[in-house]
Amino acid sequence: MATSEVVHAHAAPQGFIRKYIFSLDHKIIGIQYFFLALTAVWVGMILSLFMRIHLIWPDANLPLVGHIQPEAYLSLLTMHGTIMVFFVLTTAPQGGFGNYFLPIQIGAPDMAFPVLNMLSFWTTFVAFVVMLASFFVAGGAPLHGWTGYPPLSAVQSTGPGEGLGADLWITSIAIFCAASLMGALNFITTTLDLRAKGMTLMRMPLTVWSWFITAILGLLAFGVLLSAGILLLMDRNLGTSFFLPTIVVNGQLLGHKGGSPLLWQHLFWFFGHPEVYIAILPGMGVASQVLSTFARKPIFGYRAMVYAMLAIGFLGFMVWGHHMFMSGMSPYSAFAFSLLTMAIGVPSAIKTFNWLGTIYKSRVRFFTPMLFAIGFVSLFVSGGLSGPFLAQPTLDIPLHDTYFVVGHFHLIMGVAAIFGIFAATYYWFPKMFGRMMSEPMGKLHFWITFIGTYAIFMPMHYLGMAGHPRRYSQLTEVAYLHPLIPVQRFMTYAAFITIGAQLIFVFNLFWSMYKGAKASDNPWDATTLEWSTATPPPHDNFGGHTPVVHNGPYEYGVPAAARDFVMQTDPAIGASH
Amino acid sequence: MGLALLAVIWLITFVSTYFFIWHPWWLPAGASAAAAGIDHQFTFTYIVMGIVFVLAQCSLGLFVWMYRERKSSPPADYSHGNTTMEVVWTILTAVLFVGMNLMGSKIWAAERFEPASASALPVEVTGMQFAWYFRYAGADGKFGLTSPKLMDPSSGSEAAIGLDTNDPAAKDDVVTGTMMLPVNRQVDLTLRAVDVIHSFFVPNMRFKQDAVPGLAIHMHFTPTQVGDYEIACAELCGLGHYKMHGILKVVNQEDFDKWLAAREAEKQ
Repeated sequence: MATSEVVHAHAAPQGFIRKYIFSLDHKIIGIQYFFLALTAVWVGMILSLFMRIHLIWPDANLPLVGHIQPEAYLSLLTMHGTIMVFFVLTTAPQGGFGNYFLPIQIGAPDMAFPVLNMLSFWTTFVAFVVMLASFFVAGGAPLHGWTGYPPLSAVQSTGPGEGLGADLWITSIAIFCAASLMGALNFITTTLDLRAKGMTLMRMPLTVWSWFITAILGLLAFGVLLSAGILLLMDRNLGTSFFLPTIVVNGQLLGHKGGSPLLWQHLFWFFGHPEVYIAILPGMGVASQVLSTFARKPIFGYRAMVYAMLAIGFLGFMVWGHHMFMSGMSPYSAFAFSLLTMAIGVPSAIKTFNWLGTIYKSRVRFFTPMLFAIGFVSLFVSGGLSGPFLAQPTLDIPLHDTYFVVGHFHLIMGVAAIFGIFAATYYWFPKMFGRMMSEPMGKLHFWITFIGTYAIFMPMHYLGMAGHPRRYSQLTEVAYLHPLIPVQRFMTYAAFITIGAQLIFVFNLFWSMYKGAKASDNPWDATTLEWSTATPPPHDNFGGHTPVVHNGPYEYGVPAAARDFVMQTDPAIGASH
Repeated sequence: MGLALLAVIWLITFVSTYFFIWHPWWLPAGASAAAAGIDHQFTFTYIVMGIVFVLAQCSLGLFVWMYRERKSSPPADYSHGNTTMEVVWTILTAVLFVGMNLMGSKIWAAERFEPASASALPVEVTGMQFAWYFRYAGADGKFGLTSPKLMDPSSGSEAAIGLDTNDPAAKDDVVTGTMMLPVNRQVDLTLRAVDVIHSFFVPNMRFKQDAVPGLAIHMHFTPTQVGDYEIACAELCGLGHYKMHGILKVVNQEDFDKWLAAREAEKQ
């Protein structure tokens, strides 16, 4: 008890503002991140809906945006990508669920640095506000895409939105980087220093491993993006030439010289590739946790799963060049980047194999979190298998910068990661809010979303093979795109239905908060530490005592045990015999 | 629920595979020397990945249905994994992926490691918001000087790329908005961009390469079939990205010579 108070120095706050707004409690901060991501995902999704409508009805007059011009379409796609990657896929799984459950799952009363944690959230919030502000300045939001390649992103005169809108966009990302660095430090320190007695590294739930590895990736990657962003701001506003050679825009010779547009691509993708894993690793952790829980069987190959995640994280820093096979980079380096990229396929395949191994000879219970975890595996396979195409520079000749790439990354880092978030939401909602989410609504949401996302993103591969370039606001100019318009139309219809189904999710979320059935402390008969404490957990997580861990994280179906699962805090398996 | 999952996962797998096999949408007809090799590597990857896709999805569907919890189902297998299977699986995947990569690398090396042959036709491609310009060296086989200071897209195609008309080598340079190439002769491309990054993408030629400001990128390909082919821009370059396209006309050497001579005559 004494140790717990020493670690958890701050007492439970009483006032509303200290309790719910500027909270130091990792649980409240986790919920704040979750709702920030929920807001962001709706913004990002509506933007994508506008894009899909514009592609097949270019003359439509839409609410809020009116008649979409080509430059407005590019602003939509830039903001869609940026908001989804940063404020949804990075924010929800790590900032949201990681914040809430990492300390509880390792038996800690809070994060190592609660004030830093609060600062990290509010900095992220400021970044989001700055990002949205770019819509409302003269010229509107930037049109340079989420990758922001200079010179397009570095010079005001390259297009509308490249004025103040682009400055705000870069500033927002820089602020976001600072916030993520704070978060990463906190996650790493907490995992290393605050584990309860008996919580050895190899007893940590795979979710904790995934958040820990993600934090290391974030620490190494976001710093690079932050510096690249600052250099870009200097090129834009202080006349430097980091990324700008001598260029002539609209017949106007600009004063820059000697810089390299490829330097930005190297810096950006040195962040950008690990970022893919920042988005998907927590999903892998959640899928493992949920599959094991509802299959009532230990995770297949726990150690292999940990090593695979470490390998993915490590290799993830050495493959950034595979985004640049067509960029003018040396063709010899493409050879090395390609080989290393193919190597990442190996740990990814190990994970898939082990998820299938976990379900094999198990007893599957089909609750909504399990459906989304199964959906995650399916989408991970589908999105992953287009990777070995794009990893080969030879095949990038026809496929690079086509819809094939768009289909690939939406399936794997977009929808698979989102399925990880959904699985996490349905799985942990009872612990977070003390009530169960509605199962019928959850299942309806799953079926429409699962079929719908395949209907949206699978056809993109066909478009890409036919040579359909990305980021085209109109499909009328290039003749070979005309026969592909019916495919685009099908995808737009699928998007309408799938986005509509997300209303079911939001309704279920808020309805269940107030009307859901009361949740017990351990409604899923699960084993990890968050299920051994009260629902919802008290301010210091374990009500004044520190748990002691005796078992691995996934002891399901244990023979001769009293129940079909043995919790991490139960007496060690075999000790009673 | 298990049966429904089985049905839906299998259905998604078979519908996707059906479209991949029937392929109403496919790589456009190849019309260059490189097309056969690239298409072969694509098809090979496609078949291998297709088999893995069907096997993985079908086992997932099958397992969740077979091992659904019922009163009669046996207790779950209390197993933490199988190291032998883990090792076998890892080695198999590694051999498959690395092997596939090495196969493809041969084609990449042939396309990109070798410089253009001495008899290739030099053509300079310049991208700018939102048009492509093509320059032919003329009888002297040399490109004249260009300068950013002289660039003026409002005064015709020569001024657009900043051609220095005082340079003797520039006198016979031909600058056009349509790309004309003789069939079965390698083209030695020099790719440039004046404002932002563009990407020169000719799907039928199985050719794509970014044109980057500040760089002169050398590439080559050999058209093997007479015909008209569309050129698209494949790198986001601004609001007119979608309409930055052009036409590549591949003709006989004879027709090409006539065409070039006519352009030279127009200049005089």
